[in-house]
Amino acid sequence: MRNILPILAVLAALAVLWYAAVAPMNIRGALDVADRGGAEVIPAEPRDRFEQSAWRLMMANPDHIALGYSLDRPRLPTPVQVADELWNTTGEMALRGRAMSKRSLIYHGWITLQSTLWGFALGTVLGMAGAIAIVYSRVVDMSLMPWAIISQTVPIVALAPMIIVLSSQVGIEGRGVPKAIISAYLCYFPVLVGMVKGLRSPGAAQLDLLRTYSASGVQAFLKLRLPASMPYLFTSLKIGIAAALVGTIVGELPTGAISGLGARILIGDQFGTPLAIWAALFAAAILAGILVTLLDLTQRIILRRMGMQA
Amino acid sequence: MTSPVISATSLDLTFQTNDGPVHALSGIDLEIGKGEFVSFIGPSGCGKTTFLRCIAALEAPTGGMLTVNGMTPDEARRARAYGYVFQAAGLYPWRSIEKNIALPLEIMGYSRAEQAERINRVLDLVELSGFGKKYPWQLSGGMQQRASIARALAFDADILLMDEPFGALDEIVRDHLNEQLLELWARTEKTIGFVTHSIPEAVYLSTKIVVMSPRPGRITDVIDSPLPKERPLDIRDTPEFLEIAHRVRDGLRAGHAYDD
Ligand SMILES: Nc1ncnc2c1ncn2[C@@H]1O[C@H](COP(=O)(O)OP(=O)(O)O)[C@@H](O)[C@H]1O
Ligand SMILES: [Mg+2]
Repeated sequence: MRNILPILAVLAALAVLWYAAVAPMNIRGALDVADRGGAEVIPAEPRDRFEQSAWRLMMANPDHIALGYSLDRPRLPTPVQVADELWNTTGEMALRGRAMSKRSLIYHGWITLQSTLWGFALGTVLGMAGAIAIVYSRVVDMSLMPWAIISQTVPIVALAPMIIVLSSQVGIEGRGVPKAIISAYLCYFPVLVGMVKGLRSPGAAQLDLLRTYSASGVQAFLKLRLPASMPYLFTSLKIGIAAALVGTIVGELPTGAISGLGARILIGDQFGTPLAIWAALFAAAILAGILVTLLDLTQRIILRRMGMQA
Repeated sequence: MTSPVISATSLDLTFQTNDGPVHALSGIDLEIGKGEFVSFIGPSGCGKTTFLRCIAALEAPTGGMLTVNGMTPDEARRARAYGYVFQAAGLYPWRSIEKNIALPLEIMGYSRAEQAERINRVLDLVELSGFGKKYPWQLSGGMQQRASIARALAFDADILLMDEPFGALDEIVRDHLNEQLLELWARTEKTIGFVTHSIPEAVYLSTKIVVMSPRPGRITDVIDSPLPKERPLDIRDTPEFLEIAHRVRDGLRAGHAYDD
Protein backbone atom coordinates (compact mmCIF):
# COMPACT_ATOMS: atom_id res chain seq x y z
CA MET A 1 0.00 0.00 0.00
CA ARG A 2 3.05 2.27 0.20
CA ASN A 3 3.03 2.69 -3.57
CA ILE A 4 -0.57 3.89 -3.73
CA LEU A 5 0.48 7.51 -3.10
CA PRO A 6 2.63 7.99 -6.22
CA ILE A 7 -0.08 6.30 -8.30
CA LEU A 8 -2.68 8.72 -6.94
CA ALA A 9 -0.34 11.65 -7.60
CA VAL A 10 0.06 10.62 -11.24
CA LEU A 11 -3.70 10.13 -11.56
CA ALA A 12 -4.34 13.59 -10.11
CA ALA A 13 -1.84 15.16 -12.53
CA LEU A 14 -3.53 13.39 -15.45
CA ALA A 15 -6.95 14.60 -14.31
CA VAL A 16 -5.70 18.19 -14.11
CA LEU A 17 -4.22 17.96 -17.62
CA TRP A 18 -7.43 16.41 -18.89
CA TYR A 19 -9.64 19.13 -17.42
CA ALA A 20 -7.32 21.80 -18.78
CA ALA A 21 -7.52 20.26 -22.25
CA VAL A 22 -11.33 20.16 -22.26
CA ALA A 23 -11.66 23.96 -22.56
CA PRO A 24 -9.76 24.45 -25.86
CA MET A 25 -11.02 21.17 -27.32
CA ASN A 26 -14.68 22.00 -26.71
CA ILE A 27 -14.72 25.79 -27.20
CA ARG A 28 -16.10 25.55 -30.76
CA GLY A 29 -18.85 23.17 -29.73
CA ALA A 30 -19.68 25.40 -26.75
CA LEU A 31 -19.88 28.51 -28.93
CA ASP A 32 -22.11 26.70 -31.46
CA VAL A 33 -24.50 25.69 -28.70
CA ALA A 34 -24.48 29.18 -27.19
CA ASP A 35 -25.05 30.70 -30.63
CA ARG A 36 -28.04 28.47 -31.30
CA GLY A 37 -29.41 29.33 -27.86
CA GLY A 38 -29.39 33.01 -28.86
CA ALA A 39 -26.45 34.14 -26.72
CA GLU A 40 -23.93 36.66 -27.96
CA VAL A 41 -20.87 35.01 -29.49
CA ILE A 42 -17.74 36.59 -31.00
CA PRO A 43 -17.37 36.28 -33.94
CA ALA A 44 -21.06 35.70 -34.59
CA GLU A 45 -20.67 33.90 -37.92
CA PRO A 46 -19.84 30.13 -37.61
CA ARG A 47 -17.71 30.46 -40.75
CA ASP A 48 -15.57 33.18 -39.13
CA ARG A 49 -15.19 31.14 -35.97
CA PHE A 50 -13.97 28.25 -38.04
CA GLU A 51 -10.96 30.27 -39.13
CA GLN A 52 -9.85 31.30 -35.67
CA SER A 53 -7.68 29.32 -33.26
CA ALA A 54 -9.17 27.80 -30.13
CA TRP A 55 -7.09 30.13 -27.98
CA ARG A 56 -8.45 33.30 -29.58
CA LEU A 57 -11.99 32.00 -29.31
CA MET A 58 -11.46 31.32 -25.62
CA MET A 59 -10.06 34.79 -25.04
CA ALA A 60 -12.90 36.43 -26.95
CA ASN A 61 -15.63 34.41 -25.18
CA PRO A 62 -14.48 33.73 -21.59
CA ASP A 63 -18.09 33.45 -20.41
CA HIS A 64 -18.81 30.46 -22.64
CA ILE A 65 -15.76 28.36 -21.70
CA ALA A 66 -17.65 26.72 -18.84
CA LEU A 67 -20.30 25.49 -21.27
CA GLY A 68 -17.62 23.26 -22.86
CA TYR A 69 -17.64 21.14 -19.72
CA SER A 70 -21.28 20.10 -20.04
CA LEU A 71 -21.90 19.50 -23.74
CA ASP A 72 -24.08 16.61 -24.88
CA ARG A 73 -21.70 15.66 -27.67
CA PRO A 74 -18.33 16.96 -26.49
CA ARG A 75 -15.29 16.51 -28.64
CA LEU A 76 -13.39 15.75 -25.42
CA PRO A 77 -15.65 14.73 -22.56
CA THR A 78 -14.62 15.38 -18.97
CA PRO A 79 -13.61 12.45 -16.77
CA VAL A 80 -16.87 12.83 -14.88
CA GLN A 81 -18.88 12.64 -18.12
CA VAL A 82 -16.97 9.50 -19.12
CA ALA A 83 -17.50 7.95 -15.70
CA ASP A 84 -21.16 8.84 -15.94
CA GLU A 85 -21.54 7.23 -19.37
CA LEU A 86 -19.58 4.21 -18.19
CA TRP A 87 -21.89 3.82 -15.21
CA ASN A 88 -25.01 4.30 -17.31
CA THR A 89 -23.93 1.56 -19.71
CA THR A 90 -22.72 -0.89 -17.09
CA GLY A 91 -23.67 -0.78 -13.42
CA GLU A 92 -26.92 1.11 -13.88
CA MET A 93 -28.10 -1.28 -16.60
CA ALA A 94 -27.08 -4.24 -14.48
CA LEU A 95 -29.16 -2.85 -11.62
CA ARG A 96 -32.15 -2.73 -13.99
CA GLY A 97 -31.45 -6.35 -14.97
CA ARG A 98 -30.37 -5.39 -18.48
CA ALA A 99 -26.68 -6.27 -18.17
CA MET A 100 -26.80 -8.36 -21.32
CA SER A 101 -28.72 -5.87 -23.44
CA LYS A 102 -27.08 -4.81 -26.72
CA ARG A 103 -26.57 -1.30 -25.32
CA SER A 104 -24.69 -2.54 -22.27
CA LEU A 105 -20.90 -2.44 -22.16
CA ILE A 106 -21.03 -5.49 -19.91
CA TYR A 107 -22.45 -7.42 -22.85
CA HIS A 108 -19.86 -6.03 -25.27
CA GLY A 109 -17.07 -6.52 -22.76
CA TRP A 110 -18.12 -10.13 -22.32
CA ILE A 111 -17.96 -10.69 -26.09
CA THR A 112 -14.48 -9.17 -26.18
CA LEU A 113 -13.36 -11.08 -23.11
CA GLN A 114 -14.35 -14.43 -24.63
CA SER A 115 -12.32 -13.87 -27.78
CA THR A 116 -9.45 -12.52 -25.72
CA LEU A 117 -9.34 -15.62 -23.54
CA TRP A 118 -9.54 -17.96 -26.54
CA GLY A 119 -6.79 -16.01 -28.27
CA PHE A 120 -4.74 -15.95 -25.10
CA ALA A 121 -5.06 -19.70 -24.63
CA LEU A 122 -4.21 -20.39 -28.27
CA GLY A 123 -1.32 -17.91 -28.26
CA THR A 124 0.09 -19.28 -25.02
CA VAL A 125 0.00 -22.86 -26.26
CA LEU A 126 1.58 -21.89 -29.58
CA GLY A 127 4.19 -19.69 -27.89
CA MET A 128 5.17 -22.39 -25.41
CA ALA A 129 5.29 -25.12 -28.06
CA GLY A 130 7.39 -22.87 -30.29
CA ALA A 131 9.74 -22.05 -27.42
CA ILE A 132 10.26 -25.72 -26.58
CA ALA A 133 10.97 -26.50 -30.23
CA ILE A 134 13.42 -23.61 -30.46
CA VAL A 135 15.27 -24.54 -27.28
CA TYR A 136 15.60 -28.20 -28.23
CA SER A 137 16.32 -27.87 -31.93
CA ARG A 138 19.00 -25.76 -33.51
CA VAL A 139 17.30 -26.06 -36.88
CA VAL A 140 14.02 -24.76 -35.52
CA ASP A 141 15.86 -22.01 -33.68
CA MET A 142 17.46 -20.80 -36.90
CA SER A 143 14.35 -21.20 -39.05
CA LEU A 144 11.44 -20.31 -36.77
CA MET A 145 12.81 -17.37 -34.79
CA PRO A 146 13.31 -15.00 -37.76
CA TRP A 147 9.76 -15.71 -38.94
CA ALA A 148 8.40 -15.10 -35.49
CA ILE A 149 10.08 -11.69 -35.48
CA ILE A 150 8.92 -10.87 -39.02
CA SER A 151 5.37 -11.85 -38.07
CA GLN A 152 5.33 -9.03 -35.53
CA THR A 153 6.50 -6.40 -38.01
CA VAL A 154 3.37 -6.86 -40.16
CA PRO A 155 0.83 -4.27 -38.96
CA ILE A 156 -2.03 -6.17 -37.37
CA VAL A 157 -4.60 -3.64 -38.66
CA ALA A 158 -3.62 -4.65 -42.20
CA LEU A 159 -3.75 -8.33 -41.38
CA ALA A 160 -6.97 -8.38 -39.39
CA PRO A 161 -9.41 -7.80 -42.31
CA MET A 162 -7.63 -10.48 -44.33
CA ILE A 163 -7.94 -13.01 -41.55
CA ILE A 164 -11.65 -12.17 -41.21
CA VAL A 165 -12.28 -12.48 -44.95
CA LEU A 166 -10.28 -15.69 -45.24
CA SER A 167 -12.01 -17.35 -42.31
CA SER A 168 -15.45 -16.55 -43.74
CA GLN A 169 -14.21 -17.90 -47.11
CA VAL A 170 -13.45 -21.26 -45.55
CA GLY A 171 -16.91 -21.29 -44.04
CA ILE A 172 -16.29 -20.19 -40.46
CA GLU A 173 -19.35 -18.31 -39.25
CA GLY A 174 -19.25 -15.28 -37.03
CA ARG A 175 -16.39 -13.21 -35.73
CA GLY A 176 -15.41 -15.40 -32.76
CA VAL A 177 -12.81 -17.58 -34.47
CA PRO A 178 -11.05 -14.95 -36.61
CA LYS A 179 -10.93 -12.60 -33.62
CA ALA A 180 -9.33 -15.29 -31.50
CA ILE A 181 -6.79 -15.95 -34.28
CA ILE A 182 -5.88 -12.26 -34.54
CA SER A 183 -5.64 -12.12 -30.78
CA ALA A 184 -3.41 -15.22 -30.64
CA TYR A 185 -1.26 -13.74 -33.40
CA LEU A 186 -0.34 -10.84 -31.12
CA CYS A 187 -0.22 -12.90 -27.94
CA TYR A 188 2.03 -15.79 -28.92
CA PHE A 189 5.11 -13.67 -29.51
CA PRO A 190 5.83 -12.36 -26.01
CA VAL A 191 5.11 -15.84 -24.65
CA LEU A 192 7.51 -17.39 -27.16
CA VAL A 193 10.31 -14.94 -26.43
CA GLY A 194 9.85 -15.13 -22.65
CA MET A 195 9.69 -18.92 -22.63
CA VAL A 196 12.80 -19.28 -24.80
CA LYS A 197 14.62 -17.06 -22.36
CA GLY A 198 13.22 -18.90 -19.36
CA LEU A 199 13.93 -22.39 -20.69
CA ARG A 200 17.48 -21.31 -21.46
CA SER A 201 18.01 -19.66 -18.08
CA PRO A 202 19.62 -22.67 -16.31
CA GLY A 203 23.38 -22.35 -16.59
CA ALA A 204 25.87 -24.93 -17.84
CA ALA A 205 26.68 -26.01 -14.26
CA GLN A 206 23.02 -26.79 -13.58
CA LEU A 207 22.79 -28.90 -16.72
CA ASP A 208 26.09 -30.62 -15.89
CA LEU A 209 24.73 -31.54 -12.48
CA LEU A 210 21.82 -33.34 -14.11
CA ARG A 211 24.21 -35.10 -16.46
CA THR A 212 26.11 -36.48 -13.48
CA TYR A 213 22.81 -38.13 -12.47
CA SER A 214 22.42 -39.48 -16.03
CA ALA A 215 19.11 -37.64 -16.20
CA SER A 216 17.10 -38.00 -19.42
CA GLY A 217 16.13 -35.06 -21.59
CA VAL A 218 12.55 -35.24 -20.37
CA GLN A 219 13.71 -35.23 -16.75
CA ALA A 220 15.95 -32.23 -17.38
CA PHE A 221 12.98 -30.45 -18.92
CA LEU A 222 10.49 -31.25 -16.18
CA LYS A 223 12.79 -30.86 -13.19
CA LEU A 224 15.00 -27.98 -14.29
CA ARG A 225 14.07 -26.04 -17.41
CA LEU A 226 10.32 -25.81 -16.88
CA PRO A 227 10.35 -24.70 -13.23
CA ALA A 228 13.24 -22.31 -13.96
CA SER A 229 11.17 -20.70 -16.70
CA MET A 230 8.14 -19.94 -14.51
CA PRO A 231 9.04 -16.36 -13.52
CA TYR A 232 9.74 -15.58 -17.18
CA LEU A 233 6.52 -17.25 -18.27
CA PHE A 234 4.35 -15.15 -16.00
CA THR A 235 5.99 -11.91 -17.04
CA SER A 236 5.29 -12.88 -20.65
CA LEU A 237 1.74 -13.95 -19.92
CA LYS A 238 0.96 -10.53 -18.50
CA ILE A 239 2.22 -8.87 -21.67
CA GLY A 240 0.54 -11.57 -23.73
CA ILE A 241 -2.94 -11.11 -22.31
CA ALA A 242 -2.81 -7.35 -22.85
CA ALA A 243 -1.70 -8.02 -26.44
CA ALA A 244 -4.52 -10.55 -26.83
CA LEU A 245 -7.06 -7.93 -25.77
CA VAL A 246 -5.65 -5.42 -28.26
CA GLY A 247 -5.80 -8.10 -30.96
CA THR A 248 -9.43 -8.85 -30.21
CA ILE A 249 -10.40 -5.18 -30.32
CA VAL A 250 -8.55 -4.75 -33.62
CA GLY A 251 -10.50 -7.79 -34.88
CA GLU A 252 -13.73 -6.03 -33.94
CA LEU A 253 -12.92 -2.84 -35.81
CA PRO A 254 -13.38 -3.81 -39.50
CA THR A 255 -16.90 -3.01 -40.66
CA GLY A 256 -19.42 -5.70 -40.07
CA ALA A 257 -18.77 -6.29 -36.40
CA ILE A 258 -21.69 -5.25 -34.26
CA SER A 259 -20.67 -6.53 -30.85
CA GLY A 260 -17.57 -6.22 -28.74
CA LEU A 261 -15.78 -3.18 -27.34
CA GLY A 262 -13.99 -2.60 -30.66
CA ALA A 263 -17.31 -2.42 -32.47
CA ARG A 264 -18.57 0.08 -29.88
CA ILE A 265 -15.56 2.27 -30.56
CA LEU A 266 -16.21 2.08 -34.30
CA ILE A 267 -19.93 2.77 -33.96
CA GLY A 268 -19.25 5.69 -31.62
CA ASP A 269 -16.98 7.11 -34.29
CA GLN A 270 -19.49 6.63 -37.10
CA PHE A 271 -22.37 8.16 -35.16
CA GLY A 272 -20.34 11.00 -33.76
CA THR A 273 -20.78 10.06 -30.11
CA PRO A 274 -17.35 10.51 -28.51
CA LEU A 275 -18.78 9.66 -25.12
CA ALA A 276 -19.51 6.13 -26.33
CA ILE A 277 -15.96 5.82 -27.69
CA TRP A 278 -14.44 6.98 -24.43
CA ALA A 279 -16.64 4.73 -22.36
CA ALA A 280 -15.69 1.73 -24.51
CA LEU A 281 -12.01 2.70 -24.30
CA PHE A 282 -12.13 2.86 -20.55
CA ALA A 283 -14.04 -0.39 -20.38
CA ALA A 284 -11.24 -2.00 -22.42
CA ALA A 285 -8.57 -0.49 -20.16
CA ILE A 286 -10.38 -1.66 -17.04
CA LEU A 287 -10.76 -5.14 -18.55
CA ALA A 288 -7.02 -5.25 -19.33
CA GLY A 289 -6.25 -4.07 -15.80
CA ILE A 290 -8.39 -6.81 -14.28
CA LEU A 291 -6.84 -9.53 -16.47
CA VAL A 292 -3.26 -8.45 -15.75
CA THR A 293 -3.99 -8.17 -12.03
CA LEU A 294 -5.48 -11.67 -11.97
CA LEU A 295 -2.35 -13.04 -13.66
CA ASP A 296 -0.17 -11.13 -11.24
CA LEU A 297 -2.00 -12.68 -8.30
CA THR A 298 -1.69 -16.15 -9.85
CA GLN A 299 2.02 -15.54 -10.32
CA ARG A 300 2.47 -14.54 -6.70
CA ILE A 301 0.57 -17.54 -5.42
CA ILE A 302 2.33 -20.06 -7.65
CA LEU A 303 5.84 -18.68 -7.15
CA ARG A 304 5.27 -18.53 -3.41
CA ARG A 305 4.07 -22.13 -3.49
CA MET A 306 7.25 -22.97 -5.37
CA GLY A 307 9.25 -21.32 -2.62
CA MET A 308 10.59 -18.54 -4.82
CA GLN A 309 10.51 -15.07 -3.40
CA ALA A 310 8.13 -13.39 -5.79
CA MET B 1 46.81 -53.64 -2.66
CA THR B 2 43.43 -53.71 -4.41
CA SER B 3 42.98 -52.26 -7.87
CA PRO B 4 42.75 -48.43 -8.00
CA VAL B 5 39.41 -46.65 -7.97
CA ILE B 6 40.57 -44.08 -10.47
CA SER B 7 43.40 -44.74 -12.88
CA ALA B 8 44.73 -42.32 -15.51
CA THR B 9 47.47 -43.28 -17.95
CA SER B 10 49.09 -40.63 -20.20
CA LEU B 11 45.80 -38.81 -20.27
CA ASP B 12 45.57 -35.91 -22.73
CA LEU B 13 42.84 -33.39 -23.36
CA THR B 14 43.25 -30.66 -25.96
CA PHE B 15 40.44 -28.15 -26.49
CA GLN B 16 40.18 -26.82 -30.02
CA THR B 17 39.35 -23.15 -29.66
CA ASN B 18 39.21 -20.23 -32.05
CA ASP B 19 42.58 -19.10 -30.72
CA GLY B 20 44.14 -22.47 -31.46
CA PRO B 21 44.48 -25.62 -29.37
CA VAL B 22 44.52 -25.40 -25.56
CA HIS B 23 46.40 -28.25 -23.88
CA ALA B 24 44.28 -28.48 -20.75
CA LEU B 25 45.73 -31.86 -19.73
CA SER B 26 48.93 -33.43 -20.94
CA GLY B 27 50.40 -36.82 -20.01
CA ILE B 28 48.50 -37.24 -16.75
CA ASP B 29 49.46 -40.43 -14.91
CA LEU B 30 47.70 -40.97 -11.62
CA GLU B 31 46.24 -43.74 -9.50
CA ILE B 32 43.79 -43.13 -6.71
CA GLY B 33 43.11 -45.96 -4.28
CA LYS B 34 39.93 -46.73 -2.41
CA GLY B 35 39.25 -44.45 0.53
CA GLU B 36 41.93 -41.92 -0.36
CA PHE B 37 41.43 -38.21 0.02
CA VAL B 38 43.19 -36.65 -2.97
CA SER B 39 43.60 -32.90 -3.40
CA PHE B 40 44.43 -31.23 -6.69
CA ILE B 41 46.24 -27.96 -6.27
CA GLY B 42 47.69 -25.53 -8.79
CA PRO B 43 47.18 -22.12 -10.32
CA SER B 44 44.13 -21.26 -12.40
CA GLY B 45 44.05 -22.90 -15.79
CA CYS B 46 46.24 -25.88 -14.90
CA GLY B 47 43.44 -28.33 -15.68
CA LYS B 48 42.18 -29.28 -12.20
CA THR B 49 38.56 -28.80 -13.16
CA THR B 50 39.09 -30.46 -16.52
CA PHE B 51 40.58 -33.55 -14.88
CA LEU B 52 37.69 -33.84 -12.46
CA ARG B 53 35.24 -33.39 -15.32
CA CYS B 54 36.99 -36.18 -17.26
CA ILE B 55 36.53 -38.53 -14.31
CA ALA B 56 32.86 -37.51 -14.25
CA ALA B 57 32.49 -38.08 -18.00
CA LEU B 58 31.59 -34.44 -18.49
CA GLU B 59 34.58 -34.05 -20.83
CA ALA B 60 36.01 -36.61 -23.23
CA PRO B 61 39.81 -37.03 -23.12
CA THR B 62 41.56 -36.77 -26.49
CA GLY B 63 44.20 -39.32 -25.59
CA GLY B 64 45.32 -41.88 -23.03
CA MET B 65 43.34 -44.12 -20.71
CA LEU B 66 41.04 -43.31 -17.84
CA THR B 67 39.11 -45.84 -15.78
CA VAL B 68 36.79 -45.38 -12.82
CA ASN B 69 36.12 -48.52 -10.76
CA GLY B 70 37.61 -50.42 -13.69
CA MET B 71 35.01 -49.02 -16.10
CA THR B 72 34.98 -46.15 -18.56
CA PRO B 73 33.90 -42.89 -16.93
CA ASP B 74 30.63 -43.09 -18.86
CA GLU B 75 29.82 -46.57 -17.57
CA ALA B 76 30.87 -45.53 -14.08
CA ARG B 77 28.46 -42.63 -14.19
CA ARG B 78 25.58 -44.90 -15.17
CA ALA B 79 26.61 -47.19 -12.32
CA ARG B 80 26.27 -44.14 -10.02
CA ALA B 81 29.91 -44.33 -9.06
CA TYR B 82 30.34 -40.71 -8.02
CA GLY B 83 28.67 -37.61 -6.67
CA TYR B 84 29.87 -34.24 -7.93
CA VAL B 85 29.96 -31.05 -5.88
CA PHE B 86 30.37 -27.87 -7.92
CA GLN B 87 31.90 -24.62 -6.75
CA ALA B 88 28.49 -22.99 -6.66
CA ALA B 89 26.03 -24.95 -4.51
CA GLY B 90 23.55 -24.79 -7.40
CA LEU B 91 20.52 -25.62 -5.29
CA TYR B 92 17.19 -25.13 -7.04
CA PRO B 93 15.56 -22.05 -5.51
CA TRP B 94 12.08 -23.54 -6.02
CA ARG B 95 12.87 -26.65 -4.00
CA SER B 96 13.26 -26.91 -0.25
CA ILE B 97 16.54 -28.34 1.03
CA GLU B 98 15.09 -31.83 1.38
CA LYS B 99 13.53 -31.61 -2.09
CA ASN B 100 16.90 -30.52 -3.46
CA ILE B 101 18.51 -33.58 -1.92
CA ALA B 102 15.67 -35.66 -3.34
CA LEU B 103 16.49 -34.47 -6.88
CA PRO B 104 19.02 -37.19 -7.77
CA LEU B 105 16.89 -39.76 -5.94
CA GLU B 106 13.80 -38.84 -7.99
CA ILE B 107 15.81 -39.04 -11.19
CA MET B 108 17.25 -42.41 -10.22
CA GLY B 109 13.82 -43.73 -9.32
CA TYR B 110 14.06 -44.33 -5.57
CA SER B 111 10.77 -44.95 -3.76
CA ARG B 112 9.27 -42.19 -1.61
CA ALA B 113 10.01 -44.02 1.59
CA GLU B 114 13.60 -44.63 0.61
CA GLN B 115 13.99 -41.00 -0.43
CA ALA B 116 12.81 -39.82 2.98
CA GLU B 117 15.11 -42.22 4.77
CA ARG B 118 18.14 -41.17 2.75
CA ILE B 119 17.38 -37.47 3.04
CA ASN B 120 17.31 -37.77 6.82
CA ARG B 121 20.54 -39.71 6.85
CA VAL B 122 22.56 -37.29 4.70
CA LEU B 123 21.09 -34.21 6.39
CA ASP B 124 22.38 -35.67 9.62
CA LEU B 125 25.74 -36.40 8.01
CA VAL B 126 26.27 -32.74 7.03
CA GLU B 127 24.73 -31.50 10.30
CA LEU B 128 21.70 -29.90 8.68
CA SER B 129 19.01 -31.91 10.49
CA GLY B 130 15.99 -29.69 11.02
CA PHE B 131 16.72 -27.54 7.96
CA GLY B 132 15.07 -29.86 5.44
CA LYS B 133 11.95 -27.74 5.05
CA LYS B 134 13.88 -24.49 4.57
CA TYR B 135 14.49 -22.96 1.16
CA PRO B 136 18.02 -22.28 -0.10
CA TRP B 137 17.75 -18.50 0.27
CA GLN B 138 17.02 -19.00 3.97
CA LEU B 139 20.43 -20.64 4.47
CA SER B 140 23.94 -19.18 4.69
CA GLY B 141 26.48 -19.88 1.95
CA GLY B 142 28.24 -22.51 4.03
CA MET B 143 24.99 -24.28 4.83
CA GLN B 144 24.01 -24.23 1.17
CA GLN B 145 27.30 -25.86 0.23
CA ARG B 146 26.76 -28.50 2.92
CA ALA B 147 23.32 -29.16 1.45
CA SER B 148 24.88 -29.64 -1.96
CA ILE B 149 27.34 -32.13 -0.44
CA ALA B 150 24.40 -33.93 1.11
CA ARG B 151 22.78 -34.05 -2.32
CA ALA B 152 25.94 -35.65 -3.76
CA LEU B 153 26.00 -38.21 -0.94
CA ALA B 154 22.33 -39.15 -1.12
CA PHE B 155 22.63 -41.96 -3.65
CA ASP B 156 25.54 -43.80 -2.07
CA ALA B 157 28.21 -43.13 -4.65
CA ASP B 158 31.61 -44.38 -3.48
CA ILE B 159 33.45 -41.45 -5.01
CA LEU B 160 32.92 -37.81 -4.14
CA LEU B 161 34.33 -35.27 -6.62
CA MET B 162 34.51 -31.73 -5.30
CA ASP B 163 35.58 -28.73 -7.37
CA GLU B 164 36.60 -25.88 -5.05
CA PRO B 165 33.49 -26.45 -2.97
CA PHE B 166 34.49 -23.95 -0.30
CA GLY B 167 36.23 -21.48 -2.60
CA ALA B 168 33.59 -18.80 -2.21
CA LEU B 169 33.38 -19.00 1.59
CA ASP B 170 35.26 -17.05 4.21
CA GLU B 171 38.18 -18.54 6.14
CA ILE B 172 36.37 -19.29 9.40
CA VAL B 173 33.46 -21.06 7.75
CA ARG B 174 35.95 -22.89 5.60
CA ASP B 175 37.93 -24.22 8.58
CA HIS B 176 34.76 -25.52 10.11
CA LEU B 177 33.60 -27.16 6.89
CA ASN B 178 37.04 -28.75 6.40
CA GLU B 179 36.82 -30.29 9.84
CA GLN B 180 33.33 -31.57 9.10
CA LEU B 181 34.42 -32.92 5.75
CA LEU B 182 37.20 -34.97 7.36
CA GLU B 183 34.72 -36.38 9.87
CA LEU B 184 32.33 -37.22 7.08
CA TRP B 185 35.10 -38.89 5.12
CA ALA B 186 36.11 -40.97 8.13
CA ARG B 187 32.52 -42.06 8.74
CA THR B 188 31.63 -42.88 5.14
CA GLU B 189 34.98 -44.16 3.85
CA LYS B 190 34.40 -42.49 0.49
CA THR B 191 37.13 -41.83 -2.03
CA ILE B 192 37.35 -38.07 -2.42
CA GLY B 193 38.81 -35.96 -5.22
CA PHE B 194 39.07 -32.37 -4.07
CA VAL B 195 40.16 -29.31 -6.08
CA THR B 196 41.51 -26.37 -4.15
CA HIS B 197 43.56 -23.19 -4.45
CA SER B 198 44.65 -23.24 -0.85
CA ILE B 199 47.84 -24.96 0.31
CA PRO B 200 46.75 -25.30 3.98
CA GLU B 201 43.41 -26.72 2.91
CA ALA B 202 45.08 -29.29 0.64
CA VAL B 203 47.58 -30.37 3.29
CA TYR B 204 45.01 -30.45 6.09
CA LEU B 205 42.54 -32.61 4.20
CA SER B 206 44.51 -34.96 2.00
CA THR B 207 46.15 -38.33 2.12
CA LYS B 208 47.57 -37.48 -1.29
CA ILE B 209 48.30 -34.06 -2.79
CA VAL B 210 48.57 -33.70 -6.55
CA VAL B 211 50.45 -30.54 -7.56
CA MET B 212 49.70 -29.32 -11.07
CA SER B 213 50.98 -26.60 -13.38
CA PRO B 214 49.56 -24.99 -16.51
CA ARG B 215 50.40 -24.68 -20.23
CA PRO B 216 50.23 -27.57 -20.77
CA GLY B 217 48.22 -28.78 -17.77
CA ARG B 218 50.33 -31.47 -16.10
CA ILE B 219 51.25 -33.04 -12.77
CA THR B 220 54.50 -31.76 -11.28
CA ASP B 221 54.44 -33.58 -7.94
CA VAL B 222 52.41 -36.18 -6.07
CA ILE B 223 52.85 -36.07 -2.30
CA ASP B 224 51.67 -38.88 -0.02
CA SER B 225 50.89 -37.27 3.29
CA PRO B 226 52.41 -38.85 6.41
CA LEU B 227 49.88 -37.07 8.64
CA PRO B 228 47.63 -39.33 10.76
CA LYS B 229 43.99 -39.80 9.83
CA GLU B 230 42.88 -38.04 13.00
CA ARG B 231 43.54 -34.37 12.37
CA PRO B 232 42.55 -31.66 14.83
CA LEU B 233 42.68 -28.14 13.36
CA ASP B 234 45.85 -27.27 15.29
CA ILE B 235 47.75 -29.96 13.43
CA ARG B 236 48.39 -27.10 11.04
CA ASP B 237 51.03 -25.73 13.43
CA THR B 238 53.07 -28.95 13.65
CA PRO B 239 56.45 -29.26 11.89
CA GLU B 240 55.22 -32.21 9.79
CA PHE B 241 52.36 -30.14 8.45
CA LEU B 242 54.60 -27.20 7.64
CA GLU B 243 57.09 -29.47 5.94
CA ILE B 244 54.45 -30.84 3.56
CA ALA B 245 53.10 -27.36 2.92
CA HIS B 246 56.64 -26.34 2.05
CA ARG B 247 57.00 -29.17 -0.41
CA VAL B 248 53.70 -28.24 -2.06
CA ARG B 249 54.89 -24.65 -2.41
CA ASP B 250 58.13 -25.87 -3.96
CA GLY B 251 56.18 -28.04 -6.38
CA LEU B 252 54.08 -25.07 -7.41
CA ARG B 253 57.17 -22.93 -7.92
CA ALA B 254 58.93 -25.67 -9.91
CA GLY B 255 56.04 -25.57 -12.36
CA HIS B 256 56.79 -21.87 -12.93
CA ALA B 257 53.32 -21.39 -11.70
CA TYR B 258 53.71 -17.88 -10.44
CA ASP B 259 56.29 -16.50 -12.82
CA ASP B 260 53.97 -13.82 -14.14
N1 LIG C 1 35.26 -26.06 -22.63
C1 LIG C 1 36.48 -25.51 -22.84
N2 LIG C 1 36.82 -25.03 -24.05
C2 LIG C 1 38.03 -24.51 -24.26
N3 LIG C 1 38.98 -24.37 -23.33
C3 LIG C 1 38.69 -24.80 -22.09
C4 LIG C 1 37.43 -25.39 -21.77
N4 LIG C 1 37.43 -25.72 -20.46
C5 LIG C 1 38.63 -25.36 -19.99
N5 LIG C 1 39.41 -24.82 -20.95
C6 LIG C 1 40.79 -24.37 -20.81
O1 LIG C 1 41.53 -25.43 -20.30
C7 LIG C 1 42.47 -24.96 -19.35
C8 LIG C 1 42.26 -25.67 -18.03
O2 LIG C 1 41.06 -25.20 -17.47
P1 LIG C 1 40.51 -25.70 -16.06
O3 LIG C 1 40.52 -27.17 -16.03
O4 LIG C 1 39.22 -25.04 -15.84
O5 LIG C 1 41.58 -25.11 -15.06
P2 LIG C 1 41.52 -24.99 -13.48
O6 LIG C 1 40.28 -25.63 -12.99
O7 LIG C 1 42.76 -25.65 -12.99
O8 LIG C 1 41.54 -23.52 -13.18
C9 LIG C 1 42.31 -23.46 -19.28
O9 LIG C 1 43.27 -22.86 -20.10
C10 LIG C 1 40.94 -23.24 -19.81
O10 LIG C 1 40.86 -21.99 -20.45
MG1 LIG D 1 38.64 -24.77 -11.91
